[in-house]
Amino acid sequence: MGAASLVIRGARVVDPVERIDRVLDVRLDAGVIAQLGDSVDANGHRVIEAAGRILAPAFVDPHVHLRTPGREDEETLATGAAAAAAGGYCAILAIPNTDPVVDDPELLRSLQARAAAEACIPIGFLAAITKGQDGAVLSELGALADAGAAGFTDDGRPVTSAGLMRRALQYNAVTGKPVAVHCEEPSLTRGGHAHAGQVAAELGLGGWPSLGESLMVARDVDLAAETGQHVHLMHLSARQSVEHLRRARAASAPVTAEATPHHLCLTDEAVRTLDPNLKMNPPLRAEEDRAALIDAVRDGTIAAIATDHAPHSREAKDVPFEAAPFGVTGLETAFAALYTYLVEPGVLALETVLERLSAGPAAIFGLDRPRIAVGAPANLTLIDPAASWRVKAERFYSRSSNSWLLGGRLHARIALTVAAGRLVHEL
Amino acid sequence: MTDLRVVGGDLRPPAHGKRDLLSVADLTRGDVERLLATATSFGRSQERDNKKLPTLRGRLVLNVFYESSTRTSSSFELAAKRLSADTMTLKAAGSSVDKGESLKDTALTLAAYDPDVIVLRHPEVGAAAFVARLTDACVVNAGDGKHQHPTQALLDLYTMREAFGRLHGLQVAIVGDVAHSRVARSLVQALRLVGAEPILVGPPTLLPAGLAPTSHEIDAIADADVVYVLRMQRERMLEGANFVPSLREYTERWGITPERVRDGQRVMHPGPMNRGVEIDSRVADSEAALVVDQVRAGLIVRMAVLYDLLTTGPVAVETTVEVA
Repeated sequence: MGAASLVIRGARVVDPVERIDRVLDVRLDAGVIAQLGDSVDANGHRVIEAAGRILAPAFVDPHVHLRTPGREDEETLATGAAAAAAGGYCAILAIPNTDPVVDDPELLRSLQARAAAEACIPIGFLAAITKGQDGAVLSELGALADAGAAGFTDDGRPVTSAGLMRRALQYNAVTGKPVAVHCEEPSLTRGGHAHAGQVAAELGLGGWPSLGESLMVARDVDLAAETGQHVHLMHLSARQSVEHLRRARAASAPVTAEATPHHLCLTDEAVRTLDPNLKMNPPLRAEEDRAALIDAVRDGTIAAIATDHAPHSREAKDVPFEAAPFGVTGLETAFAALYTYLVEPGVLALETVLERLSAGPAAIFGLDRPRIAVGAPANLTLIDPAASWRVKAERFYSRSSNSWLLGGRLHARIALTVAAGRLVHEL
Repeated sequence: MTDLRVVGGDLRPPAHGKRDLLSVADLTRGDVERLLATATSFGRSQERDNKKLPTLRGRLVLNVFYESSTRTSSSFELAAKRLSADTMTLKAAGSSVDKGESLKDTALTLAAYDPDVIVLRHPEVGAAAFVARLTDACVVNAGDGKHQHPTQALLDLYTMREAFGRLHGLQVAIVGDVAHSRVARSLVQALRLVGAEPILVGPPTLLPAGLAPTSHEIDAIADADVVYVLRMQRERMLEGANFVPSLREYTERWGITPERVRDGQRVMHPGPMNRGVEIDSRVADSEAALVVDQVRAGLIVRMAVLYDLLTTGPVAVETTVEVA
């Protein structure tokens, strides 16, 4: 797959950061944006007629479980990247809770080499904060950063010791990379399968209370403030967590945050179906939580939307709700879900969603911002906002199909994705 | 000549495909009234010497129990037999479950026998809904973890109606470990459906918010018509579980003793009872107790449920009038 040379003609070009929102032609020469304008000369390139479509900077997902190494039956670097490309992404960051855990520079290097060879879009790798994510011994943060770690996280297994987290943040000054935290106080969430609220009470499911998250958020934003080190809060779900985040940011603590499409689109009412594809960690919460997340995404307090794409094998999810593992896929449906649930009803502006999917996460992790400007490498996604499509298991590029949207109908579809100058997806 | 069918009091459920009984939440008030009415007529049939009815001859009812049970499994089996259905009860212990067979494969295996009804008890929330998605059989949830046990709620309503002659406005205090009780969850919903008024009484750590009014004062049972005592799940009362400091303290504060039951109150318990823990033996054996009535109601209510699922509903008053 070589660098793309083509002309995308007549699309509504929207780049919120570059303050572009108008119908333009865009010419790519060998993977670089060469010209923006009205009636751009095709220059012998392939021309894509894109009237009625939206051309935007491609997306960046800072929170993807690629299950490699260890569970390649659930996802591989190649299938995860293909799923991301189909969802409009030009770059993703992989979470290190694999088997073995990515806590070793050599393993990290081998994954990077494999990704460069096998994946159709760039993949960055986060490394574990602690060896084996056991919460006991620090990983070699410096060596891992030198080997190219995009940041550090023990996602899935929170660092329960405040002392160790403080030490990790203090030491992490040598790397300058973000520390991404999964906020969960295990003594409050043990046995929890759904948000501790009305729905869990009625269904008899063990409760996973908001406090199980927000208590840890309070700790970690205070640790960020005290150490002066960047803490990124992953997949926030609770109103109280957002309040802690706001307080910390108002006091200029170096704290950023992300929210997932499923927490922005759904509440725990959806769990009443007992469909295992509605079981995630943190769990879906109440409407007031969802509203708080949306407000925070709107005003930029939450600067990134991340999928927490978590593939699971069919047999793992083909069990009663209570027995099912946490996690849902999301790469291939994220934009369409956000468009259908939030943009079309007028809850969030299109520009806001596009920014939080792209420039927002890129800035948090210090990545080059995908942008539509002459001379920039092409990282573009072309969206058909008029498309209506049904989410079907057999259509996924991902090796897993545990989507919360399975069987549902979505509006807007990714028609084409260019990542790092290469055409990586076309419907 | 035209046949004109006149149907009076048509209580039939809407005719659609497969029907399941997974949760009281899926029932309407009309469903409950219909099921109780059917149970009443089956109750009369059980007063005869020949208690067997031919209604479900040739039908297959499979009882699949992943958890221990005396009342529920025996009453479903007997209910199926009294309606002339073939029936078989499978217990997880001694089956392929011991060999690690998944619930999915067990369900698909049993479905190959083309059962008309699968009655399922399983320790995990969502198990009955899961099996219902896998099979064409009608699935009756006989308990899925802490979630639901709808036939228990129906037999409890039946028992209360027999004892009081009404359900509307009845005050029912449900006492004990509500948090871990599928019986309590089902019953609260069922009571609401028929206009009765539940209140939950017990240790604050065992009363989930949002189901019904709660009180941790045992005095709150004073106004109730029915004191519904839940089984104290002893394993949850052990040291270290910390829901209550000790079994002794539980019994002291929330145990149902003769002193705490006022005249006219009736006492119910879904069984099995821990005498001397949640209920004093003197109460369990008193005239106020309806425990044996509940077991009797269990048989005819389960007959009604099987009948209702496998027919279009009760035989409505139906006459054929010849029109010249």
